[in-house]
Amino acid sequence: MDKVLLAHGGGGSKSAELTRRVFQRFLHDPLLLEMDDAARLPGQVFSTDSFVVKPLFFPGGDIGRLAVCGTVNDLAVMGAEPLYLSIAFIIEEGFSVMQLEKILASIARACRESGARIVCADTKVVERGKADGIFINTSGIGRPLFKKPVQPSRVRPGDVILVNGPLGLHGVSVLTARGEFGLKGKIKSDVAPLWGLIKKCRSLDIPFMRDPTRGGLAQTLNELAQGKKFGVRILESELPIPRKVAAVCDLLGFDPLHVANEGKVVMVVARRDAAKALKMMRSHLLGKDARVIGEITSENPGRVTMATRTGSERIVMAPVGEILPRIC
Amino acid sequence: MEVCGTHTVAIRRFGLQRLLPAGVKLVSGPGCPVCVTPDSYIDEAVALARQGVVIASFGDMLRVPGSRSSLEKERAAGADIRAVYSPLDALQIAAETGRETVFLAVGFETTAPGIAAAAMKALENKLDNFSLLTALRLVPPALKALIAVDTGLSGFLLPGHVSAIIGRKAYDFLLQHRLSGVISGFSAEDIISSLLLLLEMHNKDIYKILNNYPAAVRDSGNEKSRTVLAEVFEPVDAEWRGLGFIAGSGLNVRPAYAGLDSRRRFTIKTESASPQRGCRCGDVLRGLIDPPACPLFNKACRPDQPLGPCMVSSEGSCSAWVTYG
Amino acid sequence: MCLAVPMKVVEINGDMAVVESAGLRREVGIMLLSNVKLNDWVLIHAGFAITKLTKKQARETLAIFAEGQFFG
Repeated sequence: MDKVLLAHGGGGSKSAELTRRVFQRFLHDPLLLEMDDAARLPGQVFSTDSFVVKPLFFPGGDIGRLAVCGTVNDLAVMGAEPLYLSIAFIIEEGFSVMQLEKILASIARACRESGARIVCADTKVVERGKADGIFINTSGIGRPLFKKPVQPSRVRPGDVILVNGPLGLHGVSVLTARGEFGLKGKIKSDVAPLWGLIKKCRSLDIPFMRDPTRGGLAQTLNELAQGKKFGVRILESELPIPRKVAAVCDLLGFDPLHVANEGKVVMVVARRDAAKALKMMRSHLLGKDARVIGEITSENPGRVTMATRTGSERIVMAPVGEILPRIC
Repeated sequence: MEVCGTHTVAIRRFGLQRLLPAGVKLVSGPGCPVCVTPDSYIDEAVALARQGVVIASFGDMLRVPGSRSSLEKERAAGADIRAVYSPLDALQIAAETGRETVFLAVGFETTAPGIAAAAMKALENKLDNFSLLTALRLVPPALKALIAVDTGLSGFLLPGHVSAIIGRKAYDFLLQHRLSGVISGFSAEDIISSLLLLLEMHNKDIYKILNNYPAAVRDSGNEKSRTVLAEVFEPVDAEWRGLGFIAGSGLNVRPAYAGLDSRRRFTIKTESASPQRGCRCGDVLRGLIDPPACPLFNKACRPDQPLGPCMVSSEGSCSAWVTYG
Repeated sequence: MCLAVPMKVVEINGDMAVVESAGLRREVGIMLLSNVKLNDWVLIHAGFAITKLTKKQARETLAIFAEGQFFG
């Protein structure tokens, strides 16, 4: 491996490969190795994320909103209330101040929605042509409020898998906003802060929670299953895939399970808690379409399988490389 | 046997192979245009990319390994290589950049007419920096080559969209060999009903070519498409990975349109290397083995590090087996 | 690579047309078909309309896509 490829940034197995074979040779603090994009510190959770989405503005959001929600959600799925954010901008010479103001207004709004406060910030400007408009990094600190920490080792066969709503919206929104492949259409991204929704389930024991961003649901479920003694099984007929997402995926040959989401959480709870979890989620705007999409099984350990509409089975692989570059 | 990569993927995505009754086996044939393209084609594209030509291609081709490099690797090294959804997008790139632009013309009869139409548009718009590097292939000659030896096949699941262009009658030659065929669409229901028709014919010892996709396919196909295709392209002998050279099975740009032919426009020097040892893409494409029988399958050759095109292409058999099980 | 999707013709400009499905639009070439009219349903492959569908056929094909989906 002598050059970094676009595929290494896709969030799928190639990204994991870059992390394993290059980054982890130099950066291997035990806290980092536990989980790479969020760290469990004494009494706190700490997370970081960078945003390079193209285009900067898309239906339902923009890079600013994404930058706040992305980190807030990384904290939220650790069961932590987002408290403080840092934000750092790298801006290309010549960038429109009016656009910058729009992005900042969006950032401020997203902070108000999520309850997080931006308490430190930095800005750099680079020469024209060196930053594609604007890149943003956010880091965040959260306070764990769940009694029992999110811990995938507590997942058991028989547990059920829930998702709070329709899948594939963000990736498809950005793709059509780019006008790529000549497709024009308005599809709203689902980018939203999830703590308000997740907080509703605070009294439950949730062994696994993750937001299926780059790499989609398939990536998240494979991360859950990999190396474990249980398998993950989802039901194709239960997957909430909106018609517009299906249409874009059909037209371009993508798998909706590989498409990024920015306002979705996948949760695993014990079967006896499923009804309660659904009720709690459905009491929040972002969870009104919450549903059960599958279960943890003792069969096919380490793998993700799907019961197909035709009554058969197939495996669900993690996506390999770049399905859609610069999606978040 | 199914001879359309899109069918291969659909069958495994729906898990249909698990629903087949005992005694029935589905074999995947050479239905993926990316998979049947020889290494030398990638080498030609890489050579052009290194000459500073803008390469526009369907996404799948970018990750296929050639003898020494791939287009994805060349892009990382600085070459201007762009994935497009349509040859018309490539025309636009040529118009916008003003630079020499080559479109990698890969596909079967479904895609060739559109590529021909794009080439005609280039001429209409007086675009003089656009050309095609062709690796187009034709399905009926490949079928003829396949059945020239005893394959043990009972019938064919025929490609729905290729058939939309060439028509049901294009397959009549199969009947002389006591082989039936059913032209099928791509939904689970379409494929299942098509397989049922094949089995019924087999059980009754009937041999017919049935059109089970009348929504898109007519007896005589799409004549206008074929006319546009024939205006720009002429049939040539072509090499298929796994099947060797097959007479009249490829399409090249007609001499009258030399300016649109990358091979006539540029000097393309490629350095070949010995083929990947152990890669059995050729045998997979002929339906002689299932992907797991290849020694490299899912070990040295995986979707994240493919060695052969059957693993790279989204419609390759090996990729379908790994991805869907 | 034989992916083709049914879409409806909503605008015609010479040998190009704008087609639509589920609120998504794309410009495609219609020079491979004769006599394409507004509101015709066509199969789109790699940026070209390659065959016409009847409205009933298009509806059935779209219904198969839409099965198992919940939102418009």
